Amino acid sequence: MDSHNHENCVIHTEDLTKIYDGGAFPVRAVNDVHLHIEKGEFTTLVGPSGSGKTTLLNLIGGLDQPTQGKVWVKDVDISTLSKSQLIDFRLHNIGFVFQAYNLIPVLTARENIEFVMLLQKRSKAERKKRVFQLLREIGMEDKINHRPAQLSGGQQQRVAVARALASKPQFVLADEPTANLDSKTAKNLLDTMVKLNEEEHITFIFSTHDQRVMDRARRVITLVDGAIASDELKEEQHIIIG
Amino acid sequence: MLFIIAWKNIWRNKTRSLVVIISVMLGLWMGAFLLSYIFGMIDQRLKDAIGNEISHLQIHHPKHSDDHDPQYFIPKSRQLIADLEKNDSVKILSGRVLVDGMVASPAKSLGARIIGINVKKEDQLTQFAKNIVEGEFLKDSDKNKIIIGRKLADKLKVKLRNKVVLTFQDHEANIVAGAFRIKGIFKSYNSTLENNNLYVTASDLSNLLDISGEIHEIAILLNEADHVDPFVSQLRADYESLSIEGWKELAPELGLMIESLDQYMIIFLTIILLAISFGIVNTMLMAVLERVREIGMLMAIGMNSIRLFMMIFLETLLLVLVASPIGLLLAHFTISYLGEHGMDLSGIYQEGYASYGFKPIIYPKLETVYYLRIMVLVMITAVLASIYPAISAIRLDPVKAIRKI
Ligand SMILES: Nc1ncnc2c1ncn2[C@@H]1O[C@H](COP(=O)(O)OP(=O)(O)OP(=O)(O)O)[C@@H](O)[C@H]1O
Ligand SMILES: [Mg+2]
Repeated sequence: MDSHNHENCVIHTEDLTKIYDGGAFPVRAVNDVHLHIEKGEFTTLVGPSGSGKTTLLNLIGGLDQPTQGKVWVKDVDISTLSKSQLIDFRLHNIGFVFQAYNLIPVLTARENIEFVMLLQKRSKAERKKRVFQLLREIGMEDKINHRPAQLSGGQQQRVAVARALASKPQFVLADEPTANLDSKTAKNLLDTMVKLNEEEHITFIFSTHDQRVMDRARRVITLVDGAIASDELKEEQHIIIG
Repeated sequence: MLFIIAWKNIWRNKTRSLVVIISVMLGLWMGAFLLSYIFGMIDQRLKDAIGNEISHLQIHHPKHSDDHDPQYFIPKSRQLIADLEKNDSVKILSGRVLVDGMVASPAKSLGARIIGINVKKEDQLTQFAKNIVEGEFLKDSDKNKIIIGRKLADKLKVKLRNKVVLTFQDHEANIVAGAFRIKGIFKSYNSTLENNNLYVTASDLSNLLDISGEIHEIAILLNEADHVDPFVSQLRADYESLSIEGWKELAPELGLMIESLDQYMIIFLTIILLAISFGIVNTMLMAVLERVREIGMLMAIGMNSIRLFMMIFLETLLLVLVASPIGLLLAHFTISYLGEHGMDLSGIYQEGYASYGFKPIIYPKLETVYYLRIMVLVMITAVLASIYPAISAIRLDPVKAIRKI
């Protein structure tokens, strides 16, 4: 119980369960998950399709409410927050990267990144500084005024990562961020995330089916039928390919 | 920022936005124009009725209106007319002798109203001479000459210079008759007048009625149309024994028309605005449904309901803000042009309009305040029309919306 108060702990779940009652019989999409994630981790959720990866990420990210159990982000029990409190909580604490449709199509790369900071009511000077810093980190200074349609899929995902970081979140959740990318582009995106993780100590948790992505992660959690089947920690051994 | 996003969102689906903009524009153009048309028509009718028929007010013997019995002439009318002519408010007035009777030609005999007029004064008061389409108008010195309506003449099968015989009761209920030669034939935009009224000189008629020099009606035109009500009250106080009526009492349908105008306008605008709002709701709903994933993403990354609502609301408002000035400007140009040149509907509608007393030429007009009112109403419509689409956006569940990815 004290573990979630640990200084370096960003996510802590207890007894976390999500049951979908919609169909002929109830589905335990997430089943009694106890999870502890520390600042600076680079974790992947893997498992067969339907094993509950997306559902677990949604619960951790405060997009969905658990049927049972608790989720702490730092020292906030987000399972007690109301819907509108959750929106505000997400804005200030959690970065999201989805498989697609991450960006507002009518805004440029730069405006997309700036958008979250506008929602946070950051000052103009601060926004400007951070947008350029992030664009530099993802290596896209030359594309600041491109709209999503003018960017490749990989570039869009990198902008999405920058957008997720713009709000200075506690951690970034990414649900199959490379699913729509070819392997070279996927590798580029991963390089960016690994670099951000190593240099800025950004905490990443993402789900994937992609073996190459799993190879880059330091911690691999395998879900089967909504429960944690294995939780492996690889000691500082990730290989930088290429 | 929301404003910019909303503005850019409008142009994502250019065709659809243009369709809404054009339909709002056309709706307003049509709406404003039709209003101006109604205003123009009523204004014209009022001007015609006051300027050519009833004048601003009329004075009668209080019992005269019951059955137009010729014995109820206005007592001491000469003195009254002299007094009124000295009054600064009075522009022009004229006395008339009235009787209901029969008019007979060799072919037919029909009921008619016979009006004895002081020719010069009458022409100044109602511009009657310009209605003469055949022959000439009367002169005060004419003896046994008559002016007849085109329609009545046709029914009686009589022509210019033919004779007709008028029969009616005098002030003592004796039957009297007189033969009159047709000097002129008139047409009127008001077909009731053309079917019913016969004009002779006041002296001819009062002689036949054996009330020489007396009159039944004084019609008065004032210098200021706005002064009718106070002037009528003043006269009533001064001449308690007489019946004095303003145009609203003389032609209650006109007064009612003006009073109910605002109600008609509201009903009419409501219909147009309703049509517009259905179009807006439909379009915005489509815009929301098309962007379910994007809206889900926005909610996920922390855009709250108020901001989301504002975004959809602004998109709606901007569409209308683009469309309505154009629509109203087009309406303004159309109305000013036609207001100056007039819309001649004589080809299409003459009969129908004339029977209601409307002239077939209409000068549409719309006061500036109505443009503003329409603008405000359209804005309110846009606000209301955005509520449902905006609420359906807020109601989206981000988890489900994103799962669609
Ligand atoms: N809204 C829902 N209603 C009912 N059942 C659901 C719903 N969402 C998910 N499920 C079920 O919950 C289980 C877990 O789904 P989830 O999407 O979390 O799996 P996943 O591991 O992300 O799969 P994938 O790798 O295909 O993305 C599945 O059996 C799925 O059918
Ligand atoms: Mg999934």
